[in-house]
Amino acid sequence: MSDALPAVHEQFQAPGQQLEADRLGLWVFLASEAMLFGAVFFALTVYHLIHPAAMHAATSRLDLVTGVIGTAVLLTSSTTMALAVKAAREGRRTEALIVLVGTVLLGLAFEAIKVHDWFDEYDQGLYPPMGPPFPLPQPAARLYFHLYFVSTGLHAVHLAVGILLVAGVAASLLSNRMKLPERTVTVEMVGLYWQFVDIVWIFLFPTLYLVSR
Amino acid sequence: MNPLLPQPRLALPQLSNYAAEYDWLFFAMSVFSVVFVTAIFIAILYFAIKYRAGSPADRTDRIRFRSRVILESSWSLIPFVLLLVFFVWAGKMYVAWSMPPKGALEIAVVGKQWMWKFQHPGGQREINTLHVPLGQPVKLVMTSQDVIHSLFVPALRIKMDAIPGRYTNLWFTAKETGKYHLHCAEYCGTDHSVMGGWLIVMTPADYQTWLAQAGTDLSLAGAGAALFRKYGCSGCHGANSTVHAPSLGGLFGTTVRTEDGREVLADEGYIRDCITVPGKNRVAGYPPIMPNFSGKISEGDLIKLIAYIRSLPPGARP
Amino acid sequence: MTAEAKKAPPKSYIEDGHTLRSWFFSTDHKGIAVLYLVSITLFFFVGGAAATLIRLELLSPNGFILSNDAYNRLFTIHGVIMVWFFLIPSIPNTFGNFLIPIMIGAKDLAFPKLNLASWWIFVFAGCFVIAALLIGGVDTGWTFYAPFSTMFSNGYVIPAVVGVFISGFSTILTGLNFIVTVHRLRAPGMTWFRLPLFVWSIYATSLVMVLATPVLATTLLLIFAERVFGLGFFDPQLGGDPVLYQHMFWFYSHPAVYIMVLPAFAVMSELMTAFSKKHIFGYKVIAFSSLAIAGLGFLVWGHHMFVAGESVYVGLVFSVLSFTIAVPSAIKVFNWTATMRKGYVSFDAPMLFALGFIGLFVIGGLTGLFVAATGLDVHLTRTYFVIAHFHFIMVGGTVSCYFGALHFWWPKMTGRMYPEMPGRIVALLIFFGFMLTFMPQFILGWLGMPRRYHLYPPEFQVLNVLSSAGASILAVAYTAPLFYLAWSLFYGKRAGLNPWGAAGLEWMIPSPPPRENFETVPVVTWEAYPYPLEPQPVAKEDGR
Ligand code: HEA
Ligand code: HEA
Ligand code: HEC
Ligand code: CUA
Ligand SMILES: [Cu+2]
Repeated sequence: MSDALPAVHEQFQAPGQQLEADRLGLWVFLASEAMLFGAVFFALTVYHLIHPAAMHAATSRLDLVTGVIGTAVLLTSSTTMALAVKAAREGRRTEALIVLVGTVLLGLAFEAIKVHDWFDEYDQGLYPPMGPPFPLPQPAARLYFHLYFVSTGLHAVHLAVGILLVAGVAASLLSNRMKLPERTVTVEMVGLYWQFVDIVWIFLFPTLYLVSR
Repeated sequence: MNPLLPQPRLALPQLSNYAAEYDWLFFAMSVFSVVFVTAIFIAILYFAIKYRAGSPADRTDRIRFRSRVILESSWSLIPFVLLLVFFVWAGKMYVAWSMPPKGALEIAVVGKQWMWKFQHPGGQREINTLHVPLGQPVKLVMTSQDVIHSLFVPALRIKMDAIPGRYTNLWFTAKETGKYHLHCAEYCGTDHSVMGGWLIVMTPADYQTWLAQAGTDLSLAGAGAALFRKYGCSGCHGANSTVHAPSLGGLFGTTVRTEDGREVLADEGYIRDCITVPGKNRVAGYPPIMPNFSGKISEGDLIKLIAYIRSLPPGARP
Repeated sequence: MTAEAKKAPPKSYIEDGHTLRSWFFSTDHKGIAVLYLVSITLFFFVGGAAATLIRLELLSPNGFILSNDAYNRLFTIHGVIMVWFFLIPSIPNTFGNFLIPIMIGAKDLAFPKLNLASWWIFVFAGCFVIAALLIGGVDTGWTFYAPFSTMFSNGYVIPAVVGVFISGFSTILTGLNFIVTVHRLRAPGMTWFRLPLFVWSIYATSLVMVLATPVLATTLLLIFAERVFGLGFFDPQLGGDPVLYQHMFWFYSHPAVYIMVLPAFAVMSELMTAFSKKHIFGYKVIAFSSLAIAGLGFLVWGHHMFVAGESVYVGLVFSVLSFTIAVPSAIKVFNWTATMRKGYVSFDAPMLFALGFIGLFVIGGLTGLFVAATGLDVHLTRTYFVIAHFHFIMVGGTVSCYFGALHFWWPKMTGRMYPEMPGRIVALLIFFGFMLTFMPQFILGWLGMPRRYHLYPPEFQVLNVLSSAGASILAVAYTAPLFYLAWSLFYGKRAGLNPWGAAGLEWMIPSPPPRENFETVPVVTWEAYPYPLEPQPVAKEDGR
């Protein structure tokens, strides 16, 4: 859905119809994604309930400081993304470009923090299958870290896709292949996806870092 | 019929009261289903013939809206209400199936690829064959050493999964002596289909004789006592231990308050967790020093330890 | 776009190009439907070959052609292929793809490229499963239960899991495409309550596809991580819970059974009206019952785990919800039956398939209630009773409908009539062959024969032999259409616009339809199924 051909595809009768279709398609896709993460949350919740003590011990090993910073970074990126959509709608190309680049940088910053966290945890032996011996006695604590790595990994992959999309939009704005406000819809849809990935983190963060602390 | 061919067995023995009631429910539901299926078949056949394309039948006066609403609601509500009878009936049986009576004879069951190990309270052990006395409630306490298995005795109409890492129960009272199939019903790998054997129901007297001749070194609890020392449990929980660890006398069946403020019933699963997952339910007021024995004690030994801890009367310091 | 099409009769989608490229990379929904048709037929025969070997082996109680491991791999591959590579894509991806745009008066799906991508993803996924089969097979059962699949299996679990995982994307994208298409591309005047019920039912299916399949994806991801990286989510040694796996698996797989049967309902509504020449009885009731089934379907997964250590009270809740879901299904059955009343019923092959469907589905559904009754399931679960229950619905029901649909829309898809007599014979053979195959299995299950058993007590042999005999009839009946349908492609009579005298937009355009479906976008001013009170004469084939 990158470089805009404003022409209507043959299966549509009107541009409005195509726009609506694209939008609905994205919403349905996000609903599907929500179920994907929903299953992860389900597993996390079940294990919080059956192993509260181990989950407590494990949660306490996470670095709350970087966690909070990461969350703040991501929230800020949500704001810049929203600004980008607004700017696009009003046709202010340069402004849109700036906030989009800002969003990309914030996204990258988040990924960097996360990768730093992972290495840190690995060094502490918190990656159970490999590395230094696992420090916690409870077997369920390993389980917690398994879920931690899978869920943050899954989220990071989604965010990486988001970064690529935003960067793509920024690039086509820069090279003038994309006109604003005609192609606002593209920015909007990428923005929607970005917000979704952020919201997933808004749920992941307390579930992973806070609930059993 | 060709004598070389095995005879089909068109009726299952009803080995328990559960089985007898079961057959009634099954029969009633079959009747219900046959009635519905026949009614639908007849309706289809009738319409198919009466309104076949070439027939001169009268087609005017198609159904009006009002009668249509009545029709739609009656053919959805009436069967549903009828069905609820079956739900309640089956549900009552299910609840009974899940609640072993007090004082049942307890037999420990461990499933492993691909055999069933049974252990009687006196310590007698057997593999793939289970001897039980007639007329006495029997409760199987089951677990698995590897994957999920499921113990199934068709003559009793019951089964239950044996799941690694927890204990499940299955109970019955056999009504007739004899030899009945016993299967593993949950797929568990290569030899799933031969993981099974026989349930042998004997008169109580025969059962006692069998127990005696089956012989054993020690009762379950007795063997557990030896293990309690062997694994060093007595070092902390023993009478003259200096470690601040709870006394285990009379623990079984009581409610334990944990460190994080929950109340947990001290059943088999709880004691098992204390030994293999000590962090899960820390007892309030004790230091977290109980070592983790998971992987170090086999399922068979765990069962003996639990039997031993159960056998301790209140106040006893092992 | 409407002005240019004033020329001679437009070229059909089949003549639109003759290169391989024009088939494999065309984004035309009709061409893609044909691609699906061919690929799932291949998968059906692979799965069917496995079934044939299974039934052959079960002729004898002590196993005479296969080793235990070989048998285990066979039923696994049979289940995996039949469920994910045949039945789930069968009706939606072939007939849904072909018909939905036409039925709503559109030129294509909303996202044609995505549609093509779905097919390629599907094929790519299929390669993994076929590869798993070729390098040695998987022995976990189609359910991939942990911890067996993650720690103990010595089969090729990973390629199979990856294959199923990838096929999920195909399902999700297809569902998404249908949902958006139905919402946004309806022709002027085509209101929701003028849609053919086919569209309603596929729409409900799509909702389930989009919302349930991602849960399977996560579940398989966890299985993958546990097996490959040793991350123990379900391993009790690590505090994991094998029963959680079952919850997650069935949270997907129970809704998935409605992915498999709702499309059959879709076809039924079309067949019953077309061959009764009458407006459907209870249009809205049928439409909403599809949605009810799709919704309720998410609430009953626990009925697969009555003896798997789930709490008794939880079990009772799942049980009563399972009983509830019988109601919308029953409503449909009664409405289809009532549709025949005061109609002009004819008995062409598709109608025979449809009537067969009712018979077999009702038996399958009612026995579903036996296993939904907690106290009864304690004995019946994991026995052949369950096998018979779901084959009655999936094979007796959905596959019959699939064949019904194939015969019904064959003239539309190919422009040729199939030969009627063989069609009718096959419909009857399938019905009776089916009864012979799976009725004995109910008795076997009741007598206590566990499923996934390659060796069994000898007293079960007679019933097993009967079942295998039935399966051989089925093998013939399922293979026959391959020949006479292929024959009809070249020698069949040409079909006109509307050989059945059926209502619906698809019958108002040429057979086979042109690439664009409609020369001008139709404006719909009538309700669905506008059959007149008096039947109109129809010519089955074109005068040409
Ligand atoms: C297309 C697939 C499909 C469909 C539609 C269904 C439909 C239903 N299924 Fe089935 N089922 C499977 C496929 C399907 N199932 C599979 C594959 C398995 C096994 C998986 C495995 O373990 O490998 C299974 C297993 C299964 C179990 C678990 C058994 C066990 O393992 O112990 C249960 C238990 O409740 C169940 C129940 C039901 C019910 C209540 C319905 C209902 O939706 C049925 C509703 C239909 C009707 C009731 C009939 C029509 C109505 C009438 C004729 C009117 C008169 C009657 C009334 C008013 C009630 N199914
Ligand atoms: C859509 C789904 C679907 C379909 C269509 C079928 C179709 C058939 N199935 Fe299957 N079946 C399942 C889904 C399906 N099944 C599932 C999910 C399981 C559970 C698996 C598990 O436990 O994990 C199962 C399990 C299963 C079992 C139980 C195995 C066991 O538990 O040990 C049996 C046994 O009889 C069986 C039989 C059949 C038969 C006879 C057919 C027939 O209808 C098939 C008829 C078709 C043909 C026969 C094709 C014709 C092809 C040829 C003639 C070519 C032959 C070529 C050679 C032999 C070289 N199936
Ligand atoms: C190093 C000392 C030590 C050893 C050895 C030890 N325990 Fe413990 N055990 C404790 C302590 C301390 C507690 C209380 C804190 C807790 O629950 O973890 C405890 C708790 C328990 C409980 C729960 C008691 C209650 O009141 O609920 C059981 C049961 C138990 N241990 C059994 C065993 C068995 C069986 C063994 C040997 C296989 C064993 N213990 C070995 C120290 C020990
Ligand atoms: Cu043990 Cu099957
Ligand atoms: Cu189900």
